[in-house]
Amino acid sequence: MVQATHPSNTVFTVALIGNPNTGKSSLFNALCGMNARVGNYPGVTVEQKVGRLTGTSDLIDVIDLPGTYSLAARSADEAIAVRVLSGDLPTVAKPKLAIVILDASNVERNLYLFSQIYELGLPVVVVLNMWDRVSIEGLTVDAALLAQRLGVPVVCTSANKRQGIEELKKVILRSLHSPVAAPRPEQLARSQFPNAFLEEVELLSQWLVSMGRKPSTYQVDRLLIDSDGHFQKAICQSGLPGIASKIEEARGRLNAAGCKIPMFETKSRYAWIRNLIDGAVVRQESRSASTSDRIDRWLTHRWIGMLFFVFVMFLVFQSITLFSKIPQNGIEWLQVQASGGVEAVLGPGALRSLIVDGVLAGVGGVIVFLPQIAILFFFIAVLEDCGYMARAAFVMDKLMTTVGLSGKSFLPLMSSFACAVPGIMATRTIESRKDRMVTLLIAPLMSCSARLPVYILMVSAFVPATTYASGWISLQGMVLMFMQSLGALVAIPVAWILKKYFFPGEPATFLMELHSYKWPSMIVIYQRVWERMVAFVVRAGTLIFCTSILVWAAAYFPGDHQSLDQSVLKLEELQSTRSNWTAKQTPTLNEEDRSLIEAALAENQAALDLVSEQVNRQRSELIQTSFLGMAGSWIEPCVKPLGWDWKIGVAVIASFPAREVIIATLGTIYSLGADQNETSQGLQDQMKMARWPDGKPVFNLATALSIMVFFALCAQCSATLMTIRRETNSWRWPIFSFVYMTTLAYIGAWLTYQCFVYWG
Amino acid sequence: MTSPNIRLDELVQGESAVIVEIIGNDVLASRLMEMGLIEDEPISMIGRAPMGDPTEYAVRGYRISLRKAESNRVIVRKGS
Repeated sequence: MVQATHPSNTVFTVALIGNPNTGKSSLFNALCGMNARVGNYPGVTVEQKVGRLTGTSDLIDVIDLPGTYSLAARSADEAIAVRVLSGDLPTVAKPKLAIVILDASNVERNLYLFSQIYELGLPVVVVLNMWDRVSIEGLTVDAALLAQRLGVPVVCTSANKRQGIEELKKVILRSLHSPVAAPRPEQLARSQFPNAFLEEVELLSQWLVSMGRKPSTYQVDRLLIDSDGHFQKAICQSGLPGIASKIEEARGRLNAAGCKIPMFETKSRYAWIRNLIDGAVVRQESRSASTSDRIDRWLTHRWIGMLFFVFVMFLVFQSITLFSKIPQNGIEWLQVQASGGVEAVLGPGALRSLIVDGVLAGVGGVIVFLPQIAILFFFIAVLEDCGYMARAAFVMDKLMTTVGLSGKSFLPLMSSFACAVPGIMATRTIESRKDRMVTLLIAPLMSCSARLPVYILMVSAFVPATTYASGWISLQGMVLMFMQSLGALVAIPVAWILKKYFFPGEPATFLMELHSYKWPSMIVIYQRVWERMVAFVVRAGTLIFCTSILVWAAAYFPGDHQSLDQSVLKLEELQSTRSNWTAKQTPTLNEEDRSLIEAALAENQAALDLVSEQVNRQRSELIQTSFLGMAGSWIEPCVKPLGWDWKIGVAVIASFPAREVIIATLGTIYSLGADQNETSQGLQDQMKMARWPDGKPVFNLATALSIMVFFALCAQCSATLMTIRRETNSWRWPIFSFVYMTTLAYIGAWLTYQCFVYWG
Repeated sequence: MTSPNIRLDELVQGESAVIVEIIGNDVLASRLMEMGLIEDEPISMIGRAPMGDPTEYAVRGYRISLRKAESNRVIVRKGS
């Protein structure tokens, strides 16, 4: 493996692997900077993260493997880790080196994974990370003695403080360029396995070789140990007659000989580890652990723990709504300013409409999510890094198991009440793939803040302002509360069905480490927030942007905008004349001039009213004849059973990219101009006056409820769908979400309308 | 003078015990063993979650949370 002279453009691959929660991503960022290439391994939803080692002229790619406790290859994560390390994946070069990261405060358990990696035959560098925790936890770890006994280099780092990183880089380079002696068989934990097992492995290997296969010893070990493991499935599918019975027979003989599968493996490995760390890792009566236990006594206490949890959640979500308002208003202000700037330079026409209503609205639609994402991930990073996040999952687990999920699903779902986009991104903290998928798929059902304006519009216009209990309970408030909770209620059976039919199998185990509490690291928090923001803008943002442009085009074409453009031009001229006149209205004017200006202003106002009415009418006509409007007329037969006319149909279609758009669209369709909000009296009046051809009002309580139920359940948010696409790296799941939610919404709205009509 | 074997989930707060065996040979049993829950290993109960499940235990110098469905697969013998 000596590379004395190598061409300067040779790219070496090294793999970074370790248990979850060992600070692996901090170490990865410390080694590679923040420029990781993120993708997926082919065929599976396991994230592939590759970075280039910084601070060296050599080209070294670092693959960040998923955090795992074992290489037994039972889960997709573990299978990927084994396949990458053994060079078994066609798209990934076989690593020249494995960097095994261990939690220095928990060396014993972390060495279990190391003992398996060591048997793969790769050169290994061991990193004892979280080195700063060692003395705090009352431990003494002799890194030099460990290195000597393991026969591999051992480097101590505190990745969250950037300590020991340069030393680690040097050791990586040295290990790549100088020959490393392969471990002697007696150095491996495998040497502790019972002889009966080693003989069976030998027998099976010989048989496999005679059948033309060349399995590694590690693969044959796993074939025998892991019932229904990755290797057994792979070799049985590869069409080798008799392999299944060979394995079964060997297992039967081992059981008869008293070699219990899989127990002997863990037992042998931990015995090997005990030997190895004897005298090298010494644990005194730990002060920090007992402090941590004492904090836990309160934070997981029956009443106080619950209250504290509710308080933390309250704080997080209050902060999101409170602090994201200001930057969001700023973003909206910028958007208005930019539109104004464009309108000042460009005359009315397709280009101006594209820039203002398509591009600027699209960019704004992406950036408007950033404050919420930043704030939520700031809190998630703080809570995770200080150790409370695991306790929050611990506290909520029992409640979440009633719907088949785990405590870790609570925060992503709770976040989705503000906005599903950061909520879906937060599902990454869930290790179990099935739980994560179910959580991610029901998150868009939680009532996000964009649904609220729609509810407020409908409730204040069509729900009677009746009050009960001498004014304490209002019907409007009750309907609003019901709409807010409808999605979450529907999510319970949906989660159950998804779990039963789409992600079946044993319930995920909830073995979770509870680390000692510690102060969060600023570097880690900064990196976490930054990564999430970049990921959203780059991967989801571009797609959201494209959808906005497409919908703009559907609403703009094929109508002839010439007369509208002329009217708009006239409107703007009148407006500038008006501001000219108003500017002349100074207190020093004499009586004659004053009445002259007032007369001019009154005349201007009359013209303005006329032209703006004309503009609104033309806009409304254009949207009716646009592709979007045509779609509205086509679907009228479909939406009629929901109590909707074609105008509502158009508004709902236009709001598929972003549900809050419905109010502006309704404003346009009812010829009021697009700048309507949920409390606009004009819009409410127009809606109340809307009539079917037979003279009956379009909107009544039943229609309003059916629209609200539809909005509560429908996936009208391209940002959410694109985030699902990004997080699952497949079009299958966003399409699935869209179809199931739209179906639910349609059925829900239909039932609501029909029931209300039937019962009067 | 050995105490009778009980299930891990029967331990109350502050009690310690020694693991006797893990029942079964499925994924869960392997996981528990990989996490270091192996026979003759001491384990103690730190506290339960507010709703009575899961429970926090100390084993091999670290803290682990186990649901009842997981901890009742572990047979222990109470220490002296």
